[in-house]
Amino acid sequence: MPFIANTDEQRRQMLAEIGLTAEDLFAPIPAELRCGELNLPPGMSEQKAREHMARLAGRNASHLVSFLGGGFYDHFIPAAVEAIASRSEFYTAYTPYQPEISQGTLQAIYEYQSAVCRLTDMEVANASLYDGGTAIYEAIMMALRVTGRQRVIVDESVNPIYRKMIRSYTRNLGIELVETPVRLSVGKPDRERIADELDERTAALVVQNPNFFGVIDDFTDLSDAAHACGALLLVSCYPVALGLLKTPGAMGADIVTGEGQSLGMGVSFGGPYLGFMAARMEHVRKMPGRLVGRTADNQGRQGFVLTLQAREQHIRREKATSNICTNEGLCALTALAHLCLLGKQGLRELAQCCADKAYYAQQRLLFVPGVTLRYPKQWYFNEFILELPERAEAVIRRLLDRGFAAGFPLSRYYEGMDRSLLVAVTEKRTKEEIDLLAHALEASL
Amino acid sequence: MKLIFDKSVPNRRGPRPVESDVPVRAELPQALLRDRAAELPEVSELDVVRHFTELSRRNFGVDNGFYPLGSCTMKYNPKATERIAHYPGFFYLHPLLPQLPEGERLVQGALEVIHELGRRLCEICGMAAFTTQPLAGAHGELTGTMIMAAYHRERSSRKRVVLIPDSAHGTNPASAAIAGFAVQTVPSDETGVMDVEALRRMMSDEVAGLMLTCPDTLGLFHPRIREICDVVHAADGLMYCDGANLNALVGVCRPGDLGFDILHVNLHKTFATPHGGGGPGAGPVGVCEKLVEFLPASVVRRRQDGTYCLDYDLPRSIGYVAPFYGNFGILVRAYAYLLMLGREGLRRVSENAVLNANYIRCKLREHYDLPYGQVCMHECVFSAAHQAARGVRAMDVAKALIDRGFHPPTVYFPLTVPEAMMIEPTECESRETLDAFVAAMIEIAELAELDPQAVTNCPTTTPVGRLDEVLAARKPDLASLPAR
Repeated sequence: MPFIANTDEQRRQMLAEIGLTAEDLFAPIPAELRCGELNLPPGMSEQKAREHMARLAGRNASHLVSFLGGGFYDHFIPAAVEAIASRSEFYTAYTPYQPEISQGTLQAIYEYQSAVCRLTDMEVANASLYDGGTAIYEAIMMALRVTGRQRVIVDESVNPIYRKMIRSYTRNLGIELVETPVRLSVGKPDRERIADELDERTAALVVQNPNFFGVIDDFTDLSDAAHACGALLLVSCYPVALGLLKTPGAMGADIVTGEGQSLGMGVSFGGPYLGFMAARMEHVRKMPGRLVGRTADNQGRQGFVLTLQAREQHIRREKATSNICTNEGLCALTALAHLCLLGKQGLRELAQCCADKAYYAQQRLLFVPGVTLRYPKQWYFNEFILELPERAEAVIRRLLDRGFAAGFPLSRYYEGMDRSLLVAVTEKRTKEEIDLLAHALEASL
Repeated sequence: MKLIFDKSVPNRRGPRPVESDVPVRAELPQALLRDRAAELPEVSELDVVRHFTELSRRNFGVDNGFYPLGSCTMKYNPKATERIAHYPGFFYLHPLLPQLPEGERLVQGALEVIHELGRRLCEICGMAAFTTQPLAGAHGELTGTMIMAAYHRERSSRKRVVLIPDSAHGTNPASAAIAGFAVQTVPSDETGVMDVEALRRMMSDEVAGLMLTCPDTLGLFHPRIREICDVVHAADGLMYCDGANLNALVGVCRPGDLGFDILHVNLHKTFATPHGGGGPGAGPVGVCEKLVEFLPASVVRRRQDGTYCLDYDLPRSIGYVAPFYGNFGILVRAYAYLLMLGREGLRRVSENAVLNANYIRCKLREHYDLPYGQVCMHECVFSAAHQAARGVRAMDVAKALIDRGFHPPTVYFPLTVPEAMMIEPTECESRETLDAFVAAMIEIAELAELDPQAVTNCPTTTPVGRLDEVLAARKPDLASLPAR
């Protein structure tokens, strides 16, 4: 039997030695509650299982030339990242409850927390959350604890998938959730509307940079406005973009979250991903999730432990700051390895390369007759919205047949954007592919 | 060992960055740019690989040795499933593809994995439908209690209390609380299981449901489970099964048949996906027929013609709990494991997990206190109370095991057992491994009598000794930040 060591003979011996029969082992379960044989197929050899799974994998269109983004990006992953994350001392370990034999995981998480702080210009980061969406939800809950208030403003240019998640999670908690519409002329948060909504009952204002339309912003004014009425500014961000862009810390953000998938993880049909969270040190005891701290052993040697656990569910139970237990440890380690391989200059160069290729794509696609930029006066990182002469969905369908995933139709989540196409470009896309997309688009219209 | 940041040398580079092949440069205005580069380490590729290899040598995983961490089910993670999860058709598949017009045809293989995994979990657990969206066990608990809230809201009831036994994982009350419920704790009886008479007394119109771990955290199957379900159902409460210990039951009995309405399973426990040093996990949730309409959006459906589609038109759904379809890479691994195991293998899992736990229970009961001595399921819980009287506490036994090459059991949990040591061997381990572990535990028990200090001085073989956790909490050093 695969994955089971004991032979039938050993089982008989073991039972005899402890004076039990095979039936005794399940005696606590009343006979009438037992199930019969399960209606499942018999087991397969490894070879057959791999063939079967390879066939299923082959029925997925991962080969398309993809300009899909929307918060989930196809970046290059160096071989060394996968080699490091594949070390089984890391991936077959559990949460580091025994620090003496878990210094590998613990030091890596401490370094990951440090890297997230350096990237965002914040003071403290946790050991990870599930994904960018649950990270915003956890940040909102943290803001409620910090301020003792129950009202939250979320800008509509925050990823619509995350906004759906936030709505699900806050439904049972008596939280007043306000979504402020985007200023349609510029594709940015409506400052006046937000100013009207911010009041002394507001716990947090949630914004995203670059926003879902790819537009880059500076939220320093919103930070001042939020702080003026005692609310926190929560910024969701894209870590690769932080190689270039003004940091949430520099804008005055109080809690920073984001999706870390772009740091060495595949898009993997939706997960595993990596939620990151960073904050100001004054709020650390209100933070959710694991935290690793540096300390010393009984001989004064540096070592690392899980710390400030009085916030957590295994101690505080229903009064904990979050229910999170298992987080995304291996993904955090993966992101750290990726950031180390990129290094200080490499991250900036990668971000610049993405911006350059996206700028080229924007310019090239605007040569296609009838195609315009939806927000022409704005600045972009690696994603932008094209306005097409017809419904974006129809164009996307035709381009799929030519081997391109040309982008995402905004109409899926926004009214009045039927002709809008969200196009993302990473360093993996070549000039040739961009040129071919432009030709195909022209031929499809 | 140095931090990677302390190995940094100005202008040292890692792998060569990709060449830009476009003839333009994006010049963003200075006001939108960061004022200086993020202080990431400047190291070579070899520096990075050596650093992480050295870190990995300071870690202990299932591949290193016996890892009987109770309740965590540290079974072997088959290498084939790692390989399969990295197939390009899975690893590089963009989750927004099926949201494109007619995009479902682009992801039929992936949708089949999700649908078939859910169907098999239904058969194994006796539930009507599963969602694969929850991203970990505790996330499954939250999803399940949100479904509980939606069900009662739909019936306009004012139920606001969730009952939870005192032996439960801390995630249970934490999850119920953030789903909007008040939590009340049900005590255990003298045999270690939840006190049914106390439950009867605590039942009221306000009780939305009971969250019960089955078998419980003492490794005990509650002999009055049907009666418990009847009591809760009589008040229109829902029975929630924490399936963290499902590995004791697979192929033997099904939580749905026992009377549970909602269940989460931890794929990183029962279904052999790796724990990753603290995630990523996956916590699919199964429900009975009357709760199917509340499952999170989206739902994968199989059409008459055998093709798969995603259904978002779910008016009573609790909505999105994950951005997409769950931790897909983990779902792939669990599905591949189930393919290899098959129906006969599943039954062998529980038989061997339970045999191995009882073998340890019987071999060690002369040497450590066993507060509840009945036949256990997949794990057994000892107490080091006797040794503690000699100054050797459960944590000391744990550290002595480290010096003998074993990962310690879970200690100080469940909270209902003083000096608890919760041992879960899993079905993967051989008799030889169990015998070696038993011998080490007996040696430590003897040492605790003869020379307690030899135990309390452990560990001595690790790169660091016992760490000062009080200092860590009093003066938190949570990040290495560059000097400003």
